[in-house]
Amino acid sequence: MSTATAADERISGSSKISKVLKRPESGAMVAAIVIFLWFALTTDAFATSGGSSTWLLGSSTIGIMAVAVALLMIGGEFDLSAGAMTGFTGLLVGILCTEYGLNIWVAILVALVLALAIGALNGFLVMKTGLPSFIVTLGTFFVLQGVNLAGTKALIGQVAIQGMAKVPYYDQPRTLFGSAFTWGENGSVYASVFWWVGVTAIATWILMRTRVGNWIFALGGAQQSARQVGVPVFKAKIGLFMTTAAAGWLVGMLTLFRTSTVQANTGVGQEFIYIICAVVGGCLLTGGYGSAIGATFGALIYGMVNQGIVYSGWDSNWLKTFLGAMLLGAVLLNEWVRRRAEQSR
Amino acid sequence: MFSLTKRNAHMKKHRILGTLGAAVLVGSVLAACSGTGKEEDSATTTTGGTKNSGLTYAVITHSGPGDAFWDRVKSGAEKAGADYGATVQYNNDPDPAKQSQLIDSAVASKVNGIVVSMANPDGLEESVKKAVAAGIPVVTINSGLDKFKDFGAITHIGQSEAIAGEAVGARLKAEGGKKAICVIQEAGNVGLEERCKAAATAFGAMENLQVDGTDDAAVQASVTSKLQADPSIDTVLALGGQYAIDAVNAVGESGSKAKVATFDLSEDVVTNIESGKISFAVDQQPYVQGFLGVTTLYLKSINGNDVGGGQPINSGPAFVTKDNAAQVAEFAAKGTR
Repeated sequence: MSTATAADERISGSSKISKVLKRPESGAMVAAIVIFLWFALTTDAFATSGGSSTWLLGSSTIGIMAVAVALLMIGGEFDLSAGAMTGFTGLLVGILCTEYGLNIWVAILVALVLALAIGALNGFLVMKTGLPSFIVTLGTFFVLQGVNLAGTKALIGQVAIQGMAKVPYYDQPRTLFGSAFTWGENGSVYASVFWWVGVTAIATWILMRTRVGNWIFALGGAQQSARQVGVPVFKAKIGLFMTTAAAGWLVGMLTLFRTSTVQANTGVGQEFIYIICAVVGGCLLTGGYGSAIGATFGALIYGMVNQGIVYSGWDSNWLKTFLGAMLLGAVLLNEWVRRRAEQSR
Repeated sequence: MFSLTKRNAHMKKHRILGTLGAAVLVGSVLAACSGTGKEEDSATTTTGGTKNSGLTYAVITHSGPGDAFWDRVKSGAEKAGADYGATVQYNNDPDPAKQSQLIDSAVASKVNGIVVSMANPDGLEESVKKAVAAGIPVVTINSGLDKFKDFGAITHIGQSEAIAGEAVGARLKAEGGKKAICVIQEAGNVGLEERCKAAATAFGAMENLQVDGTDDAAVQASVTSKLQADPSIDTVLALGGQYAIDAVNAVGESGSKAKVATFDLSEDVVTNIESGKISFAVDQQPYVQGFLGVTTLYLKSINGNDVGGGQPINSGPAFVTKDNAAQVAEFAAKGTR
């Protein structure tokens, strides 16, 4: 191929820029830049170190989940239990430590194991029954939501974890999950931001550079053909559900150890936000197409808009309307950029 | 305190986008953009020429969207801002992790003071302390009575859940109630649980009924079923104005003779008190919490005052019964009580 001449029409007209723009995440990237510039120019505090750290923090936990959900969506499935999972794992660790005095690291491990088991159960049910994952995980979502409330209330008599900071060795996992670097005048970059970057990088590497990545695209693109060419469909799908569950655990820990509390309703309602961020980032609802870094840009857009509205001083009653309009705008821009890139050969 | 519900973000969005439609959406964006300058406008118009003092206060609550109770807090805060020529920025989020981010945002914006409601104090501790450390005066309202001092807030303005809950429980007992249900409209709300617990302590046989506060039809159905299932229930305690109305409807539907009492007011609640369908409402006067919260910060800004002298300030409870309902009705109609 290195000897191919300019006469070969397959490689001739495609410039580097249009190649980049054709990636699924390109539109979200452009939208993120536009939104950043908009708020940076129209408000005083948005682009300062203090301002940036608030929207980076807000984006980070959503971003970690959106990346995991994006992998699953590329593989052709949904996980609606992802939001409640963040509350479930946080509550579990909180209860085990504050009520039963379990060693904090053991509690964290127990939560991870349970989360993975629930993820595996989701995958198992979807694969064995052939029911849409939308329905199966909706079921686990409601189950978890009920367990989070009833279980917490039954075990500790209240509906939020209190007194977590007094648990022995609390500082160790806090360093890992909840600490922050000071940045600039009044900013602080939390551990969750680094976890977010790490998760995005690993997911991108898996998708782009490994065999497992190829499997994921094949699963969502055409499951039957994937099976025929030797992709271990059953194992791969279960692995994907376990990945979102593990991400839920990670976000649960990040929330618990940053704020030292989790409520029975933590994470409920977030599951759609994750899916929205993945879609804004270029994932197709039908599967087989998308990117991990796109989901990260989607989360960044969501986080920036959420806080940007606050910095702009707009009436918060309109928050959801602005958010919806901006997300729609981001998706439309996303679509437009990709179309243009595909046409401009 | 926590009058109402946390509504799921996505549900609300669906509703807004679904019902308003695209045209209204555009209009609303325009309307709200011009709303940015609203505080300054009203500062000059409503007070007959109070100059803008250049002061900005952030009011950050744990309210869910579209909550009638918190709208009164917001109105009170904005009225105070308008009267003093200060800009008041109101934001809310029921998730403590997100609420703490709103506090961080206010600190980054270098506001002149922060009013915050602390439903889950542990979740806000770091952010509130950071604000205090940055030299920004903080006042807590509504909830956070136990922690305001530790966190370095000037004072706390609200109603003690324990005091109010016990007062209500005792009153219900005095009115001859034997068996009661306490209707909790929001899963996981610490304050609502506390309220029912305190009321139950004073009353005796009172059990909690968990309902889905985002859906009034479901609230009514749940209460109806409960009343039908156990005819010996003679008292229903609701924890928010709109749920009291649901409870009144449920009592009618089930043919039960149960009395309804409620925390928090609305215009409909006052009407029902006048007609005797609700025996009484306990009002913690949310407008007062918003207004006094901003006032406390304003006095700190212009005169260095510490209102409350390190002690909390009670905004209630005020009982609304048939005797004083007519007087309250006038203000309830304006959405300030």
